Amino acid sequence: MWRTLSTVIVIAAATGVLLRGQILLDPEGVDLSGSWAARNFTDAIGNMPGGGPRPVDYMGIPLNDIGRAWSLIHNESQVSMPERICDYYAPTYIAIGPMGLRMWPESEMLTGSTTAWMIGGWADFVPITIWMDGRPHPSKYAAHEKSGFTTGTWEDDVLVTSTTHMEAGAIRRNGVPSSDLATMTARFSRHDNILTITARIDDPIYLTEPYYLTRSFALTRAPLNPATHPCTLANEGVEAERVPHYNPGQNPFVDELTKLYGIPQEAVLGGAETALPEFRKKIKDKYVRPSKCVSVPVSTCGGPGTYPPIN
Amino acid sequence: MNLPTHLRIAWQDDNTLRVDTDYGTQTRLLHFGAWAPTEPRKRSWQGSSVALWASRRGGRGGPASARYLRITTTDLLSGYLRKNGIPYGENASLVEYVDLFREPDGGALIVWTAVVEDAVNLETPYIISSQFKKQPDGSAWDPTPCSAGW
Repeated sequence: MWRTLSTVIVIAAATGVLLRGQILLDPEGVDLSGSWAARNFTDAIGNMPGGGPRPVDYMGIPLNDIGRAWSLIHNESQVSMPERICDYYAPTYIAIGPMGLRMWPESEMLTGSTTAWMIGGWADFVPITIWMDGRPHPSKYAAHEKSGFTTGTWEDDVLVTSTTHMEAGAIRRNGVPSSDLATMTARFSRHDNILTITARIDDPIYLTEPYYLTRSFALTRAPLNPATHPCTLANEGVEAERVPHYNPGQNPFVDELTKLYGIPQEAVLGGAETALPEFRKKIKDKYVRPSKCVSVPVSTCGGPGTYPPIN
Repeated sequence: MNLPTHLRIAWQDDNTLRVDTDYGTQTRLLHFGAWAPTEPRKRSWQGSSVALWASRRGGRGGPASARYLRITTTDLLSGYLRKNGIPYGENASLVEYVDLFREPDGGALIVWTAVVEDAVNLETPYIISSQFKKQPDGSAWDPTPCSAGW
């Protein structure tokens, strides 16, 4: 009898362990669902709508010569071409654009496991599906799409995503290009009710090394209600078959920041070293501080097209 | 921490993490455990900072490896959020979140997110983040005095 009883106890204990393991299994990661309001105070000039970055401001971007040349022939009116009106709105736009995020998980009905995290579309911005079910990325020969293809894993409670198969687009809202071979690794790191996204963009065509960007968001109870349609083609007045551009060597904005703020052109034109603190010292003797603004009204000091004298 | 600086981070003692910046030659002391500032309280540029390893899941949940550094700073002197004169007052609060990420190539990346609350000067919290890549050596370390213009 004792033997039978002990067997029963062992079976019950084993079963209990299994059941407990099934019931108490911790889901991976943290909850990222909700509406995350953009807090565009980091790199605000580059991200915010309206102003945006200056036409030729590539500081901090590890451009190679091809990327720089491509950037300099860009004319902002290109985004009014029907063919290019959606160029900016690749998944990289979560790092370079002004939008907030609305995120939610898609769950498997029977097990409750998360098959994907979703980032809703917003006006022009494409919706992103972050596949969490372990599926592989498509073949390198597969078609590239505006939304790219994104998978995710949890690493120490940080959602790490990998995006491939994007279309060519831009990594700054003044036409600095990204190729269709670019990839993005993004980390979604939640602290209290603050979400920080750290994006690493690799591009073998236009960049000499990875380009890092961070943006922060605050959880809000006011639901973001982004439109769910992707970028819509429209006629914004550019004549058919005309491609607004600047010929090589003829971009009129190439010295704008030098005239406005005295920033040496080798800084304005970017490159990996322009992101480093020590670059300041390299250009220190070339920097010329703008003269004091003495005009009235002060709006005539600085600003596009009104260059104060630099002494 | 959003100025163009290098960081040098080391344990000063068992309960104090020291962070030096070469830009402006500032030093921050991040106190762990039951530390309290000495009385009477004294304001300074770097303030009084208390740090802990926080869980992303709240409370004590999640693996220890998943924790991040959470820093709360008080006793600040009033100063500027940007060099063009946007101010914060001496009663501003500063909470910072520090993540350490490992790169596939073995490199390390710190992402430093700062949240400034100042009811006098700000409508909403001011949130900025900066990233730092670990250097193989200290050859780029170059202390430079404070400068308003450069």
